[in-house]
Amino acid sequence: MYAQMIQSEASQDDPQKLAEFQARIDADIKIEPRDWMPEGYRKTLIRQIGQHAHSEIVGQLPEGNWITRAPTLERKMILLAKVQDEAGHGLYLYCAAETLGVSRDDLTEQLLSGKMKYSSIFNYPTLTWADIGAVGWLVDGAAIMNQVPLQRTSYGPYSRAMIRICKEESFHQRQGFDIMMKMAQGTEAQRRMAQDALNRFWYPSLMMFGPSDAESVHSTQNMAWKIKMNTNDELRQKFVDQTVPQAEFLGLTVPDENLAWNEEKGGYDFSEPDWSEFFDVLKGNGPCNTERLEARNKAWDDGAWVREGLLAHAEKKRARKTAAE
Amino acid sequence: MSKEWPLWEIFIRGQHGLSHRHVGSLHAPDAEMAIKNARDVYTRRNEGVSIWVVEANNIAASAPSEKGPLYEPSESKIYRHPTFYDIPDDVGHM
Repeated sequence: MYAQMIQSEASQDDPQKLAEFQARIDADIKIEPRDWMPEGYRKTLIRQIGQHAHSEIVGQLPEGNWITRAPTLERKMILLAKVQDEAGHGLYLYCAAETLGVSRDDLTEQLLSGKMKYSSIFNYPTLTWADIGAVGWLVDGAAIMNQVPLQRTSYGPYSRAMIRICKEESFHQRQGFDIMMKMAQGTEAQRRMAQDALNRFWYPSLMMFGPSDAESVHSTQNMAWKIKMNTNDELRQKFVDQTVPQAEFLGLTVPDENLAWNEEKGGYDFSEPDWSEFFDVLKGNGPCNTERLEARNKAWDDGAWVREGLLAHAEKKRARKTAAE
Repeated sequence: MSKEWPLWEIFIRGQHGLSHRHVGSLHAPDAEMAIKNARDVYTRRNEGVSIWVVEANNIAASAPSEKGPLYEPSESKIYRHPTFYDIPDDVGHM
């Protein structure tokens, strides 16, 4: 997902307070920034929301790659709007994380140094225009699977950010599917490009949900805290069940020989992605890890004079105003 | 690392003549830039017709621990609600 492999933090807290806290969560009462919360809950949320925010920001890069080369002016305007939305989503989430007592610059520095992660999916390249379709359709589609239930998460600011994001996200997936439809119904070469994009993005999209965590203690704790709403396998199954008929509609083939409808479970059977590849990408060895971090570091460094200049200007104006009063 | 821009809380008046409502926060060097950024971050889909920005450290808030003393007294004053009063049907709409 946009936040993958989130480990829950343990903490030493007063058992009485812990029980009251859990009772509130069980009763679906939101936790707000100034309420008491276990240190582990706070730290886990900072990690999860921070990673989610970083994913939105880094996620702009593979799509930004095609803004200048979009096939029509309309497609270019749509893609610009989508990439701007991703920046907005990152900002909503950073603000939610900041209510937990971490500073924005702190989070940024941890991303830039590689200490905090972003979703594995954004370490794959967008080689053709059809990839922009596949990213909207599959990657945003997978993100929505996770984000819709997170609207009910226990932490108020996170929940409100998710509600805003979900309102905007559906446009992203639909514009991606729209690109795929055009390509799939186009010339033979365009259809091949669409199929190739599906081939390359299918398994990385399945990896977004993370490896099976049904047995994980972190998953159990995070689910009790309602900062994780479903197991990774549940969401992956839901994604496959939703996406396969869409691929059929497009006339494209999901690159999985084992894909078959299972009447008994009411869902598809499908192959697991190559988890060694997933862990390798997380470790920094994906096709674009270095390029992505370099781009973020360059943007941060190149923007320093703007940040400092605007702040100096604001201070000068304030001083002048004070002097005049 | 240079100093961080201050945090601003953003309030937006929606289309339908309602009060300004808190929508989130953002960082900006001054009020003017906060309004410009708020327009980009919070009104991309025509959500508002007016923006207020307030530097976050200028906001005073009640504490969660005051919940009882502040709000419990109103729970027992059910006579403040119109449904407390039985008005005969014959009187008509009131």
